Amino acid sequence: MNLLDQAKQAVQGMAQAVMTKAVALAPDSWVPGGQPDPLMHSKHGLIGAPVSRLDGPLKVTGKAAFAAEFPLPDMVYAALAYSTIAKGRIRSLDIARAEKAPGVVLVMTHHNAPRLQPPPLFLSEEKAAAGDNLPVMQDDRIHWNGQPIALILAGTQEQADHAASLIRATYIEEDAQISIAAARAEGTTQSQFMGQPLHNESGDAEAALAEAPFKVDATYTTPRHNHNPIELHAVTLFWQGGVLRVHDAQQLVTHSAFTLSRVFDIPEEKVIITSPYVGGGFGSKSLWQHHILAAAAARMAGRPVRLMLSREGVYRIVGGRSPTEQRVALGATADGKLTALIHSGLTVKTPHNAMPEPFILPTRSAYAADNILLDVRHVELDMLGNTFMRAPGEAVGTFALESAMDELAEKLGMDPIELRLRNEPEKDPTSGLPFSARHIAQAWRTGAERFGWHRRKPVPGTVREGEWLVGMGCATATYPYYRMPGGAARLTLTSDGHVTVDVAVHEMGMGTATVQSQVTAERLGLSIDMIRFNYGDSTLPGLIMAGGSQQTAATGASILAAYDALKKELVALAGNSSPLAGLKPDEVGSRDAGLCKLDEPDRYDSYAAILGRARREEVRVEASPPPPLETMHWSMHSHGAMFCEARVNIVTGEPRISRFLGSFDCGRILNPKTAASQFRGGIIMGLGLALMEETQFDERKGRIMNANLADYHVPVHLDVPEIDVIWTDIPDPHTPMGARGVGEIGITGTGAAVANAIYNATGKRIRDLPITLDKLL
Amino acid sequence: MPIIINGAAVSLPDDPRVSLLDLLREYLHLAGTKMGCNQGACGACTVLVDGERIISCLALAVQYEGRAITTVEGLATGGDLHPLQRAFIEHDGFQCGYCTPGQICSAIGMAAELERGLPSHVTADLLLDEILASREELAERMSGNLCRCGAHNGIMDAIAATFIHTETSRSTGPDSAEAAA
Ligand code: FES
Ligand code: FES
Repeated sequence: MNLLDQAKQAVQGMAQAVMTKAVALAPDSWVPGGQPDPLMHSKHGLIGAPVSRLDGPLKVTGKAAFAAEFPLPDMVYAALAYSTIAKGRIRSLDIARAEKAPGVVLVMTHHNAPRLQPPPLFLSEEKAAAGDNLPVMQDDRIHWNGQPIALILAGTQEQADHAASLIRATYIEEDAQISIAAARAEGTTQSQFMGQPLHNESGDAEAALAEAPFKVDATYTTPRHNHNPIELHAVTLFWQGGVLRVHDAQQLVTHSAFTLSRVFDIPEEKVIITSPYVGGGFGSKSLWQHHILAAAAARMAGRPVRLMLSREGVYRIVGGRSPTEQRVALGATADGKLTALIHSGLTVKTPHNAMPEPFILPTRSAYAADNILLDVRHVELDMLGNTFMRAPGEAVGTFALESAMDELAEKLGMDPIELRLRNEPEKDPTSGLPFSARHIAQAWRTGAERFGWHRRKPVPGTVREGEWLVGMGCATATYPYYRMPGGAARLTLTSDGHVTVDVAVHEMGMGTATVQSQVTAERLGLSIDMIRFNYGDSTLPGLIMAGGSQQTAATGASILAAYDALKKELVALAGNSSPLAGLKPDEVGSRDAGLCKLDEPDRYDSYAAILGRARREEVRVEASPPPPLETMHWSMHSHGAMFCEARVNIVTGEPRISRFLGSFDCGRILNPKTAASQFRGGIIMGLGLALMEETQFDERKGRIMNANLADYHVPVHLDVPEIDVIWTDIPDPHTPMGARGVGEIGITGTGAAVANAIYNATGKRIRDLPITLDKLL
Repeated sequence: MPIIINGAAVSLPDDPRVSLLDLLREYLHLAGTKMGCNQGACGACTVLVDGERIISCLALAVQYEGRAITTVEGLATGGDLHPLQRAFIEHDGFQCGYCTPGQICSAIGMAAELERGLPSHVTADLLLDEILASREELAERMSGNLCRCGAHNGIMDAIAATFIHTETSRSTGPDSAEAAA
């Protein structure tokens, strides 16, 4: 990490520490969650209704237009050539044949690319979005194997691809740091995440471990992963009168527009990104070099540009999840009370980003233990910037922690669910904060009953069906509630009773427009077809990323703030002849396309009547919610009890998952249809993490070797059993709508549930992911 | 001879390197057929050729002279969605929707293969006249269509509800989950 970054991280950490202190002094009522959102109790309405996706008809007919599907007049196609060394300089770049190839319009290299500012790194400031802060095609330096060295524009994709194949480069190679072992021998660095050190300590965990009558002390390893959304990363963009217009596949439209404006040194409003449909993201659809290269080339050529990365291209320039090596050491008394909890280890990042895989995050709030030591250290390698991937930290951290809990349960001769329940903390073990809502015990109980956990045989290797050994395993899933600052929304109410919501959020498959239309309709006392929800456009209000499972809460809070502003405006407009005359905005609520006094519903005035009397065609308000102080008052986390039944073939070692149940405690579930799909989707990616996913990194060359979907295996239909999901549906009184996020928790705990089930089936404890058949033979 | 795409005659591209997928997406602006890899590994580009499913990224357009291609844009008749399209909405057989056109075209081709009695890797008894359309049989036959969002259960439910006339075993689903909650 360079000095500037270190300084920035330190500043962020300090700011957060100051805010934490201020908040600790503030009374609870100061916090927005102090007054629970009335919608959290709403029954029989749209909250909790299994509404089918509103964009369903467009998606099943192929009419939803993704980023690469905007044909523009005079548009040219881009292709990239990539470096084949990990570190050094370009000695020579022969582009002559490419330039002469049919249809070629431009060959851009570091010799002729426009001068650009380096992109601001994600989290280095409020709106930054870039995966690293390296300058893009500004000099002859190579920083990773796969860095773009030339961009070709041509009349067709075939012409561009052919020309790219004609580029010849030679290099002056330098020694690259690409081996974890070699880097580690030179020393490791304490990791920071979002400005805070990844380190927690209370008591003396090593001493307590040494004295503990029962203990587990083991090392768990997880490999690199890639997100692999099925939609390839793509942009279609053009410059128009000094404005850069981008059709993008993007989960941070506003952040990315800002970041591009910095790179091109133009005002923020001169970059407009739209991204109504995103073909999966999982953390990968942020801002990477292809955006910048395409925009620079479009400016040079004076023509619209389409750049759709090849699948290999995605692996070369869009980062993935880093590998981890984690030690978990647990000490316990004979009755299963944890006395020592140690979770520490090593991960990998680059000198140009700020993302050490924070695998201790789930452990911070997991179990009561008097002595806790949590620590993440990293080394820096010359590789493509790694990044956030679905449940960064929790996905791989729970594999280690929850495998170790299973190992400890066996040593104690105790049921693994019982062990977990005996260590339920009363307050957050590391922050000391009270929990906002924690009903994990209920999730365990209902899950165990539904799954038939009592049928599990505690002695491994004892259940056999034909040539298959069968076992059951469980693990805790956990993911925090986040709501990041910067939310805002605009509501426009028209005299015919329709409402338009404008907010710069994203639809990557979560059902954003559907769920937020439900929530808005319910809040305003309207039917869902009266709502129009506009999103996926950087010119709309709000700085709300689709990340951290926070989009629903952040959007809900923004719409709630705008609704409060709307009520204020309507009460003022209603006038003296209204039944609402004399009421304050917080004394009224909505029903049946109008406002009424909360405790006297007959004092009612319709929106149409209020606007009609005031001779207004529409009322438009925009508002921002208060800062997310709730997360400083309470420890806020979702949980799940994950149950897996695995089969392992005694002849081939092949592992199969035959049953899976996720029993979740995620606050109020707003739409059971789309939420169930999010839970299942996370679990399925977790099955991939457990059994097959691995990005293979060549430690001699620094190159990803399996940069395609034939060699990087993801779960296919036959790998996926029917996945049962249930939930407590108990609202969290300190969140908008009583809801917490559902998009990431499914991948957490799943790896351990699978590993524990495989252990129960075979007696083989696999601590190194993925659990492939060679490890089971 | 032209290619017939969704009933309309279309002339062949001049450049013989143009894949059937690129012909659809880039030349005809029929972008409903998706590109997820361009290497035959994901199934997103699946279309029907005279009723049989193929991956169009590995097909050169010029090979299909005189053949009738159906894409996701050609499945609805008049204003009515194909029953499988309706079932995908009802059973939530997608999230982002990017793999969806390929899943739908593939399933239609797959159902015809089942109907013709073509066995698969998991078909237990090759001597039976009719193949039992178990969930495993459907899943095996659809495994060339990747879905990274993890909508697999909804996809299988939609396919079973559309093509399998006997009740398939289904212990869970959004509704039952809700009931259990
Ligand atoms: S795009 Fe054809 S199989 Fe992936
Ligand atoms: S719905 Fe997104 S890939 Fe299948």
